[in-house]
Amino acid sequence: MLGDRDILIDRYKQFLTAYLSGRTEQALYRAQQFSRKMLEQNISPEEVINMHSTVLQTINGGIPEEIRDSFDFLIEVMMGYGMAYREHQILRDKQKALESEIEVAASMQQTLLQGDIPVTDKLDIGVISKAAKQMSGDYFHFVQNRPESINVAVADIIGKGVPAALCMSMIKYAMDSLPEQENHPSMVLENLNRVVEQNVDPAMFITMFYGNYNTDIHRFHYAGAGHEPGFYYDAKNDNFEEFMAKGLVLGVSKTTQYQAFDKDIEEGDMILLLSDGVTECRTSKGFISREEIVTLIRSYMHLNAQEIVENVYSDLEQLQDFELRDDFTLIILRRSV
Amino acid sequence: MAAQTCVDVRNEWDIVSARQLGRDLSKELGFSSVDQARITTAISELARNIYLYAGKGKVCIEPVKDVNRSGLQIIASDTGPGIQDIRKVMQDGFTTSGGLGAGLPGVKRLMDEFSINSSVDIGTEILITKWLR
Repeated sequence: MLGDRDILIDRYKQFLTAYLSGRTEQALYRAQQFSRKMLEQNISPEEVINMHSTVLQTINGGIPEEIRDSFDFLIEVMMGYGMAYREHQILRDKQKALESEIEVAASMQQTLLQGDIPVTDKLDIGVISKAAKQMSGDYFHFVQNRPESINVAVADIIGKGVPAALCMSMIKYAMDSLPEQENHPSMVLENLNRVVEQNVDPAMFITMFYGNYNTDIHRFHYAGAGHEPGFYYDAKNDNFEEFMAKGLVLGVSKTTQYQAFDKDIEEGDMILLLSDGVTECRTSKGFISREEIVTLIRSYMHLNAQEIVENVYSDLEQLQDFELRDDFTLIILRRSV
Repeated sequence: MAAQTCVDVRNEWDIVSARQLGRDLSKELGFSSVDQARITTAISELARNIYLYAGKGKVCIEPVKDVNRSGLQIIASDTGPGIQDIRKVMQDGFTTSGGLGAGLPGVKRLMDEFSINSSVDIGTEILITKWLR
């Protein structure tokens, strides 16, 4: 320890003497490099001043007493900076630890979110879900409980980051513990509503869309809890329309009832489900309008569902300068045959 | 070994007296200028805490000896409100974010040893030691 210190003082003396004899830029450059080295070794500002004063006292016959003592004054002044510097270092280490913890949590969440997306030749499915921060408050889930029955859930927890992610995990477990036969959209929402109402902070809101697609008769049975409206593409008339299911957000009242709706899906028709991260994309010109999103979707409509969602996402990402403000989820179900 | 010397802390001037006492003793013991500054800064912080939060208390300073080293020990004690959550005040960034100076973690880092005892409504006692290198 003392050895290192002596070496430092020795080098400081060497560099300072070199500077004082020629006052060259090169000597100053050395000083800059030296400061990096001192930072690496956690030398605090007051120690640097002390070093300077110690060295000055040994070269060119020393320094006047007044100047020497003035360094003690300077050391005292720099104490606050030294303490702030040490605290900064510790907080920086803490932040690193916190970040790596969040990374672990985020990858755990990814495993939670991962689920198989059903493959059927009757329905072309595309899904993309991206977190704005490391952890997502968006949730989607597919369950194929019978060969002809595909269930899809999209939920959006208002808020983002860790609190939203914690909430999302709860939704995931609540969904998993629903009886498998009970996949009537309105009943699913009523069940979840009770769970949310009992377990979630009243300041936290969860919106959800739940649908059941029957691939035998091509009928979509669905219900919504205050969820961002999606789009419906009517292939015959080549027309996009708003697609929504009215209902109160989850967790407001224990006894909320949800209404289910039915829609017959024709060949080539598309159901587009999304989270508000899609419609709340913001560029320098303001929010992206729903029409603009429709235009985007239209331009990729010749591709398959997965390619559409990926292209729409990458275009919106670019429009926002690669800065996602909210979690982003887009799902497309297109009747193939 | 020299006896313990104490300074009562009731106002801001007493902080200076406590510092002076720490300065004199640390100089006498042969601490370097940087360590002298560290010791007095630590005393300053503790005395300021007493003045600001407890109203009154005292700072006692005495030279100490271990088996093979000697140093300076400072005890800052008060009969103030005490600290409810010691873990919290020992957290970095907790007090400093409120602009209250270095805080106790800062004091701890300036010294070699640090211990704290506090009971709500009874008071706080902080013991710090710096050893001569």
